[in-house]
Amino acid sequence: MGSERTIAAIATAQAPGGIGVVRISGKGAFAVADRVFRPKSGKGLPACKGYTAHLGAVYTMAGEKLDDAIALVFFSPKSYTGEDVVELSCHGGLYVLRRLLREVLSAGAELAGPGEFTRRAYLNGKMDLAQAEAVMQLIHASGEQAAQAAQAASSGVLSERIGSLRESLKGIAAHLAAWADFPEEDVPQVEPGALYPQLQETGLALDRLLSGFEQGKVFREGVDTVICGRPNAGKSTLMNRLAGCGRSIVTPHAGTTRDVIEETVLVGGIPLRLADTAGLRDTEDPVEQIGVEAAWGRIRRAQLLLAVFDSSQPLDREDMSLISQAVPERAIAVVNKTDLPLACDLRVLESSFPRVVYISASTGDGLDDLERQVADVLGTRGFDPAAGVLSTERQRHEAARAKAALQEAEEALLSGMTLDAVTVCVEDALHALYALTGERASDAVIDQVFSQFCVGK
Amino acid sequence: MRTYEAGRIDVAVIGAGHAGIEAGLAAARLGAETVVFTINLDAVGNCPCNPSIGGTAKGHLVREIDALGGEMGRAADACTLQSRMLNLGKGPAVHSLRVQIDRNQYSQVMKHTLEQCPNLSLRQAEVVDLRQDGDGWLLTTRLGAVYRAGAAILCTGTFLGGRVFVGEVSYDSGPDGMFPSSFLPDSLQKLGISLRRFKTGTPARVLRSSIDFSQLEVQRGDEPVQPFSYDTEEGALENKAVCHISWTNGETKRVILENIHRSPLYGGKIEGIGPRYCPSIEDKVVRFPDKPRHQLFIEPCGLHTEEMYLQGMSSSLPEEVQAAFYHTIPGLEEAQIMRSAYAIEYDCCDPLQLDATLQFRDWPGLYGAGQFNGSSGYEEAAAQGLVAGINAALKLRCKGRLVLDRAGSYIGTLIDDLITKGVEDPYRMMTSRSEYRLVLRQDNADERLTPIGRKLGLISDARWDTFTKKQEQKKEELKRALSTTLPPTDALNRILVSRETSPVGTGVRLADLLRRPQVTYADLESVDPARPALPRAVLESVEIELKYEGYIRRQKADIEEMRRLEGKALPSNTDYAAIRGLRLEAVEKLGKVRPENIGQAGRISGVSPADISVLLIWLAAREHEKEGPA
Repeated sequence: MGSERTIAAIATAQAPGGIGVVRISGKGAFAVADRVFRPKSGKGLPACKGYTAHLGAVYTMAGEKLDDAIALVFFSPKSYTGEDVVELSCHGGLYVLRRLLREVLSAGAELAGPGEFTRRAYLNGKMDLAQAEAVMQLIHASGEQAAQAAQAASSGVLSERIGSLRESLKGIAAHLAAWADFPEEDVPQVEPGALYPQLQETGLALDRLLSGFEQGKVFREGVDTVICGRPNAGKSTLMNRLAGCGRSIVTPHAGTTRDVIEETVLVGGIPLRLADTAGLRDTEDPVEQIGVEAAWGRIRRAQLLLAVFDSSQPLDREDMSLISQAVPERAIAVVNKTDLPLACDLRVLESSFPRVVYISASTGDGLDDLERQVADVLGTRGFDPAAGVLSTERQRHEAARAKAALQEAEEALLSGMTLDAVTVCVEDALHALYALTGERASDAVIDQVFSQFCVGK
Repeated sequence: MRTYEAGRIDVAVIGAGHAGIEAGLAAARLGAETVVFTINLDAVGNCPCNPSIGGTAKGHLVREIDALGGEMGRAADACTLQSRMLNLGKGPAVHSLRVQIDRNQYSQVMKHTLEQCPNLSLRQAEVVDLRQDGDGWLLTTRLGAVYRAGAAILCTGTFLGGRVFVGEVSYDSGPDGMFPSSFLPDSLQKLGISLRRFKTGTPARVLRSSIDFSQLEVQRGDEPVQPFSYDTEEGALENKAVCHISWTNGETKRVILENIHRSPLYGGKIEGIGPRYCPSIEDKVVRFPDKPRHQLFIEPCGLHTEEMYLQGMSSSLPEEVQAAFYHTIPGLEEAQIMRSAYAIEYDCCDPLQLDATLQFRDWPGLYGAGQFNGSSGYEEAAAQGLVAGINAALKLRCKGRLVLDRAGSYIGTLIDDLITKGVEDPYRMMTSRSEYRLVLRQDNADERLTPIGRKLGLISDARWDTFTKKQEQKKEELKRALSTTLPPTDALNRILVSRETSPVGTGVRLADLLRRPQVTYADLESVDPARPALPRAVLESVEIELKYEGYIRRQKADIEEMRRLEGKALPSNTDYAAIRGLRLEAVEKLGKVRPENIGQAGRISGVSPADISVLLIWLAAREHEKEGPA
């Protein structure tokens, strides 16, 4: 079994959580981990002892730091799978975990199939037959699940988009095949000059598909959001209302929220990474002053700003400075405490912010409207994250493989290679697109040859 | 019927077409006492359709047959009328040799070869009954002779249950007016072998002197002629004939469509499934109504006959309709038909019943090859015959088996496709069917298969010496190309610029220049003075391997992964229904194909990657059980 590929996957639940783990297993596990993980000690992982933990950080292949991380080292056969294993633990943000997985894959690992870690564990004698049978059930279930998912996708926009890309590639591949296999038949000549733009067009469509994966990121990975407003405007109450738990310390005294606290909440299906800021009041307290300055920085950088105002109080100097600092296109004025008598001048807010929402954080009134306005700011209104976009790392991986093969085909064409070399690249791309929807290309090109061309003696 | 004992033999080959010839020769050459039965001795190696051997992918097959120790390449070289290397300019993966042959001569050459082969008897006899006899087989001929054979190879072509159709007329017949084999199908069905009906067809032959060649485009052969066989010296062959090209027109189409109801295909009389790649002209007209015209080639059938073959014009329309539409074609206005076009329906087996040695899994010692296995084409037939013949002989001497895989040859690809995917219509080899086609080239067939043939005992010492010398030369030249640096002279740069590639400013390795798509060995001759005199084939091979190195490397990595999976054998008696976790569709397909290994299982349509995972675990669990608790 040791000769098998090195595999990797996110080993913890794919949901927001405290800590997330990317597991790498196989002969090349240390080599792969070495490319993305830099230990603080400077000591290479293969030189470490088994069952030890090492502090360091994970980096992209381009050298950009992703996160602090801890590497857990297991040597074959003393690991879950019985192979060399490295587990990289970092902060549980899905965004970071997925980025890390992607880097691990480009560092030479392959995405683990359903149940593959467990399968290897069994094959390496780490489990008995009863456990193995349980694994089979698991794989069976995930096979069914994959089949169901593929079926669900087959009526969807994504499969339509991929289907049309596949059709155009299949047409190109069939033309190349007919042209090569039936040289004396009446098959139109394949002109490299005409082939190139066809490949390019398909390549661009793949680019769009891949960038759709990035757009879908808003849903998958969330948006940096800042809640701000003067002390006691109700920011923490709003945040807790959204989060459904009491993470911020909320007291009736102004200035109790000292630190920038982050929490990921779902609003209309979009994960908002909320930073609850320290209050914005002028303060002599140097500690609190640092918090206030940090808040202004966040306000300027935020993808989404929820500016909270207390409708039971007249607008004050701090409210006015918030109004002046906010970028209106990315901001929503959240007028809180509508359950109390109105005391502030709403006209000022309505003329400063294109979007104003009236809520009561303590009763929950008006939250529906907030949800609509959030989608409006992020441009996701009417955007169905389940349709038409690549949503899993596996899908992205296959689409990227198709794109790379097409790129290679284009390069072969440009450099003047013969078309047999171009053809194998085009077919690789086609196979990747079939794999994307869980199918096998098998005789698709040959069937296409016979339906598209009048060939044969 | 009164019968008599005709003797004991090792291998009985039923049929002496292209499959039977190779099967018989291979078995006999490996030492098996072999009898090749044919319904008509004048039909040995007959070419009842086109008078040509090779073509795209088929040319690869002929080279491979030759490299492994088969006969087809040598015979084709001996009978060459015109030779062309197809697809020059499209890349080395798809270069394919195709020759027009003298069909009568081909038949004679093959018959004579069989007659002279030690251990082989050629017998005109119709086998009417086949039954199991202990470990072997009992064959009974129409005249009552009973042979006891260790193995039997069915190479029945279109003879088996053959029925000819011309318009409203139909009758039981083999190809070219031969007797059909009408009794054997019942016997096979009694054994329990499931048979199906396929169909094929052929165009008319017309008298040369009735053709007006003045209107036709000439197609000549390529010079110099490259032979098929590694035994034939380069330069020994020459072109002796030309072909001609003409086109159908609107009038042809009108005549065909007006009479389409008289076609047995469209009248529903033919139930057999025809090959998609070999449609009749009425098929082409109906399926591609927008095409205003269709091309045809007019090919000579031999040097000592005036019969001309009309490639592209096969038909099953009534005789008088054939004459009418042929006469609409420029050059054929006065054409005299000598043999009418016809369609022929025949019995064949479902190849999913076979294993990779072409033996029926449920009937040990019984093999199939050629059209009987659902393929089409002389070359496809010969390739299977060779493998079946070799395996029958190996089995009888308990010397293992020969399985060729997809990564090593088109022959292996052909057989794997047949026994893994099955066939819906007669199967034709195409380069598109090989996922490893940059590795499986016609120029390196010897490198891939001659060592295997040598080990079997099918390669002569002389051939082996030539082969090892060529490999040595290739290795040396590759080394030289990688270590030789050419200085950046004006002469070199003039050559490079003339080939539309960039000049060099410093010394450059010969190998790096050859890697450029635009530059060939021939181009560099004048600036590469240290080059030893080498055969064309050696230079060709070195140049291709340098130029396509990156692609070849990638395909070789794919091959390694494929072979790893092929190394995990699945027991032939596996009860897939008893394996927990397999999906229902997979259970059904696996049970039908009964793959020999995980790699083959993965190629069956309807078997998913998750099913493969389940099989891997089941396999390992079995191993554990066998070994007992560790």
